[in-house]
Amino acid sequence: MGAQLRVYRQKIKSAKTTKKITRAMELISASRIQKAQQRVAASTPYTRAVTRAVSAVASHANIDHPLTRVTEKPTRAAVLIFTSDRGLAGAFSSGALKEAEALTVRLREQGQEIVYYLVGRKALANFNFRRRAYIREWTGGTDLPQFEIATEIANAVLELFLAPNEDGGVDEIYLVGNEFVSMIIQEPTTTRLLPLEVVEQQAVSDQEVFPLYEFEPEADKVLDALLPVYIENRIYNVMLQSAAAEHAARQKAMKSATDNADKLILNYTRLANAARQAEITQQISEIVGGADALQTVDED
Amino acid sequence: MARELNVDLVAADRKIWSGSATMVVAKTAEGEIGLLAGHEPMLAIMAAGQIRITLAEGKPVIAETTQGGFLSIESDTVTLVVRDATLIS
Repeated sequence: MGAQLRVYRQKIKSAKTTKKITRAMELISASRIQKAQQRVAASTPYTRAVTRAVSAVASHANIDHPLTRVTEKPTRAAVLIFTSDRGLAGAFSSGALKEAEALTVRLREQGQEIVYYLVGRKALANFNFRRRAYIREWTGGTDLPQFEIATEIANAVLELFLAPNEDGGVDEIYLVGNEFVSMIIQEPTTTRLLPLEVVEQQAVSDQEVFPLYEFEPEADKVLDALLPVYIENRIYNVMLQSAAAEHAARQKAMKSATDNADKLILNYTRLANAARQAEITQQISEIVGGADALQTVDED
Repeated sequence: MARELNVDLVAADRKIWSGSATMVVAKTAEGEIGLLAGHEPMLAIMAAGQIRITLAEGKPVIAETTQGGFLSIESDTVTLVVRDATLIS
């Protein structure tokens, strides 16, 4: 076998192996998207109930709560970045990191100092590589978010938000993560978590008129208990969205990898065929040439 | 036939139970409370403890929460929102 032909065969074999892997990953992601979406759907009743309750209290009482108080001149902001633990998901993690970078620039222009909280191994790797500081990280389980982790994150950021500025407290908290728009589109988005935007709550309450609730204990105590739950829920929601988006992004990336492997295999097969044919042609012409030469010797 | 309550018991990651019942007993921050149809709209903080939902057939559904949550009732719809809960029976 000619050297050229052998090289092509080798490349075809390697592309086929890669294709098997990417195809398998594509199928796994496809089935996990379903599960991730079901988890998003399963948490919806809770989200709806919490949002309704917060809106009800907010529309009832004239709220002045530490968590809704906007600082006139914010000096420090915390950014939570939600990425994935594993790669091979296209621009999933880098998209979130780029979004965070854009936000950082924007906040810096406002004269704010920025501290980071990272979720997912990819964010951690990125920060370690660039030698940037972060306060805390959570890794593992980004593709199957647990509510306990959301609670942990919520407690950490609440503590940070309520701490006085001199002790490293922050004035604003932002969440940066991928939003699951559809199977094809996942968008890195930024949302402000704290201070809570009351405007948004009123927008919800515009749709329906809330009855005059009786609160037990008092309205502000209820709000005290509700808001952390609401924040926890928001964080959990972002995590679930991010997980669904991760699987969708991975499926998309693996699908195009499989398609590319197919294309490679096709091209190399053609090249290999041409090389094989060239080899045969050469052999034939050698044999014919040899026979011709012998004939002329015989005639002499 | 007395009016019935629509009850939704939801946890953070799933719906635990939903259906109609005649009475709901839960533990709030101030003590145990029993809710019947026609109760005035209320929002209360729930403490850790048992939630008893009495069905029309007289059989109760009992759930246990260790972290609490909150409950709301309005126009005979009770929503019990807890961080974690397990159905006991």
